[in-house]
Order: sequence, then structure tokens, then C-alpha cells
Amino acid sequence: MSEWSIIWEARDLFFAGIWNTLVLFVLSFVAAFVLGCGMLFLLEERTRLSIVLRWVINLMRMLPFLILAYLLYYGLPQLGLRMSAWTAGLIALTIYHAAYIAEILRGARIVLPAGQIEAAKAHGFRPFRLFYRILLPQLVIKTRPLLGNQLIYALKDTAFLTIITVQELTAAANSVQATYFIPTEAFVVVIFFYWIISIALELALKWAGRFGAKRGFEHV
Amino acid sequence: MNGQAWMLLLEGAWTTVWISGIAIALGVVIGLVIAMVRMARIPFIDQILVLYVSLARATPLVTLSLFLFLATPTFGIAMDRNTAAILALTLNTAAFNAEVWRSAFLSFSREQKEAAMACGMTNGTFFRRIMLPQMFTSSLPGLVNEMSFLIKSSPAIAVIGVVELTRVTNRITAVTYEPLPPILAAAVLYMLIIGALLKLQAIAEKKANRLAM
Repeated sequence: MSEWSIIWEARDLFFAGIWNTLVLFVLSFVAAFVLGCGMLFLLEERTRLSIVLRWVINLMRMLPFLILAYLLYYGLPQLGLRMSAWTAGLIALTIYHAAYIAEILRGARIVLPAGQIEAAKAHGFRPFRLFYRILLPQLVIKTRPLLGNQLIYALKDTAFLTIITVQELTAAANSVQATYFIPTEAFVVVIFFYWIISIALELALKWAGRFGAKRGFEHV
Repeated sequence: MNGQAWMLLLEGAWTTVWISGIAIALGVVIGLVIAMVRMARIPFIDQILVLYVSLARATPLVTLSLFLFLATPTFGIAMDRNTAAILALTLNTAAFNAEVWRSAFLSFSREQKEAAMACGMTNGTFFRRIMLPQMFTSSLPGLVNEMSFLIKSSPAIAVIGVVELTRVTNRITAVTYEPLPPILAAAVLYMLIIGALLKLQAIAEKKANRLAM
């Protein structure tokens, strides 16, 4: 079993890769969530900005993630805006998933009954407070299965960043296999790690489901 | 960007479309077979399929493509880039399609089965004549949704050297030193392909709703 001992020798590379993947994933998803909620707030009222935002969201839904990453990493330097692969990857992940999150929440917002919003307005809620205290909590709890799916897509999209030379988990496996010529073992390890992370995410989602049920949101 | 660059882009788009097309066709059928086998609940095989679906849904396509392309030669199976790409996309999409088909199986009404049995239909006839057409209509929106996800993740096969729509932009840039125009042009081509699929999904949803399922 000498191949596995080589993998063990190269463990630092794998750990660095996992760390990088997790940091990218968590940072970008948190940022995407905040940005997505902000987009939703701006979509509340029909302004010129909200029309542009609708366009941006629809655009993102029709674009592969890698094209956006290419645009930021290879395309923007032509306009004089140069950034590292890591930063470009983080920004691409954030923008891309923010659009999807905004779209998921918007879908739930459309079917939300108007009564309670009118009631809140009658109680003197300002638009921001109304959104933050009444709309957003309900929408997030209602759409949790879809948001959970998006979480797993975001994790899988981090692997694309290996193509624009970000040193994440898949890149770690690739460099190990290129150095020691043990592709099977290197990738089995990496796939196992991705699997563990997404199982953990699914468990967290189940837990969130129980929390939602306790608050009376069983029927999504 | 000159005419030659556009020709390269269109060639790349064609590569994306035919590789994804084969993977979609195989994935829909294999997904149905997996769902059917899982509905039969054969001990052992059922657990293996659950494991496969869970693994395939968690593995990023980039990782899967690299794994298949680099690891299979060590088992003595030589695969060219295109075959590895099709295999990776198929393995990925079949797992998602299996779940779509399975939910169609699970939500199928029991009364129809009993009625068909009372009319003297065999299991095979019942499945072919009654169940499959309805299941196809009800799961078509989900299947088309998965197709557009497949196209959106198809740039992953660039990592093993398949010259598809995303990778072509690198080639054009290597000649013109202007990266922005080819990337934007590729984005437009992707939007045309995926926009067509989204349109198809809307039509499929309308049709499924009309049948009230």
C-alpha cells in the first residue's frame, strides 16, 4: 500500500486545499446571502434599479459559472482591473450565487399573502424594518430546501476555480497526481472529502428543517 | 475578433452541444433505469445505487472529469478526452435524473394501477401504456431543468482538454491578446443555448399543469 503512504506524506497539500475550499465556500456563500437579500430588498419596489437587477439575475441564470470567473480573471485585466485568481474566484462565486439566492427568495416573495404586510404597514413599520423583521425571516425559513440545494451547488462550483489556477481541493489532488503519478488514490481522497462536506451540509439542512417545523413552517 | 475567431467559437459551441446532448440522452434513460431498479428494492443493489446517487451528487464535475480521465488508464482502460467527458457528464446527470424519475414514481396514484389490473393489463403493458406517458409529462420540467444545469456545468470538461465553448476563448486570446471579446461572445452563445432550454422548460411546465398533475 505504498500509494496510500504517499498520500499520507502529502497530507499538508490536501489540508491546505480543503482549508482553501472551505474558506472560499463559506466566505462567498455568506457574502452571496447578504447580497442576495439586498437584491431582494431593492426588488420590492419597481424602480429603474430593480429593472436592471432583474436583468442581471436572469443573465446569471443563463450563464455558466466558469464564464463569469473567466470574465473576472481573464477579461477584466484588459480594462485595467487586475486581481488575483483567489479574489476573482471569490467575487465570481459571490455574484453568481447572490443572483440565484435572490431568485429563490423572490419566488417565495411572490406567493406570500399581502395581508400581513399591509398589517405591518398599518402598525407603522418602515420599509427596511418591515423587510428585515417580517419578510426575510419567513422567506428564508420557507425556502430552506432550495437554499440548501444552492449551498451544495456553491460547494461544487468552487471546484471550477481550479481551472483559473486557484489552489483549492481539486487543484491539490491534481498536483499530487502530477507529482507522484497516483491519480486514483489522490482523487478518491478528494471525492471522499467533497462527499463528507456535502453530507454535513445535508445534516445541517435536516436540522434546519426541524427548527422550521417547530416554528410552524412544515408545509413549504 | 475576425471571422476565423467566430468560426472557432461556433465549433466550440458545437462541441459543447453534442457532448452535452449525448450525455443528456444517456442520462435520462439511465436515470429512469436506476429509478426503476430502486423502486424494485432489491436488497444489496438498492444500497449501492443509494451510495452512487449520493456520491455523484456531491462530486464536482471538474473533479469527476479529472478522475475519470487520469485514473482509468491505470486500470488499463484507455479513454480519449471526449469519451471521458461524456462519461463524466452522464454519471453526474444520471444521478440527478434518477431522483426526478423516482419522485414521479412515488407520486404516481395507486388507483390507476388497480384500475388497470382490473381491466386485465399485465405489469409491462400498464407501465408502457399508462404509467410512462404520465410520468414523462410530470417529470419533464425537472428533467429540462437538469439539462440546463448540465450545460451550465459542462465547461468542467475543459479541464481535461476538450476544446469546448469556454476553452476556445483561451485559444482565441492566445492569438489576439484581447481576452474580453471572445469571453463575451461565448457568454452570448451560452445564453442562447440555455435560454432555449429555459423556454422549453416553461412550455413543459405549462403542459404538465394543464394535465393537472
